[in-house]
Amino acid sequence: MAGGAIRFHYDVSGSEFSLAGTASADVKAQLKKMGVPSDAIRRAAIALYEGEINLVIHAGGGAIDVDMAPGVINMAITDEGPGIPDIDLAMSEGYSSASDEVRNLGFGAGMGLPNMKKYTDSFDIQSQVGKGTSITMSVRY
Amino acid sequence: MKISEVANWLGAEILTPDTDCEREVFTACGSDMMSDVLAYVKDQALLLTGLNNPQVIRTADRMDMICVVFVRGKRPEQPMLDMASNMGISVLATDKTMFHACGILYGAGLREYRG
Repeated sequence: MAGGAIRFHYDVSGSEFSLAGTASADVKAQLKKMGVPSDAIRRAAIALYEGEINLVIHAGGGAIDVDMAPGVINMAITDEGPGIPDIDLAMSEGYSSASDEVRNLGFGAGMGLPNMKKYTDSFDIQSQVGKGTSITMSVRY
Repeated sequence: MKISEVANWLGAEILTPDTDCEREVFTACGSDMMSDVLAYVKDQALLLTGLNNPQVIRTADRMDMICVVFVRGKRPEQPMLDMASNMGISVLATDKTMFHACGILYGAGLREYRG
């Protein structure tokens, strides 16, 4: 904590699918304790959860940072994975590069990134092939 | 409809007896794709699924659902049930198929949420 801000940091492992979602669960619990309105908690938790799943199935892991400011939840998801060659394509509903194995686990319908944008009030994605991807998003309340 | 009544309608076993099964559910959805649940579902209290992995419970929790019904005889392992209990999610298991279970609950009055 610095200057009154409340921050959370999570390292997300890329090796264990069954653990994906533990960071967003913790964020949800923390936001509840802080008295954040339930609708904002739900939107932030879903967006972070989608991001966690992406880190595991596409990027080989990464990091999640949450920064609380008055009336806003700022979230950053970063990885050093393969990057996204065509962001517009990746943002289109139904497009997915996920494997059949991932689909058998219930994900990979091509809704992750569009869903993160849908549930948040601001959303930005930067990606470089071979370097990684960085997403910043926020939920206001 | 109470969760305990859902269990009766489906002949389902309640696998999380420590959760409150007297809570009411008014809406439900059925899917094996958690991506679709996260993308298209709004304010559903109950999820029916044939998918059996921990992401089912996490998806239900992120969506603020209070009950998950595993169909086709799927039975989650104890760590998943413990996670659900900690999140306040009641877990049921029925041998009925997805189609059959959804049909029974629809006939009993449960509906999709229509915002």
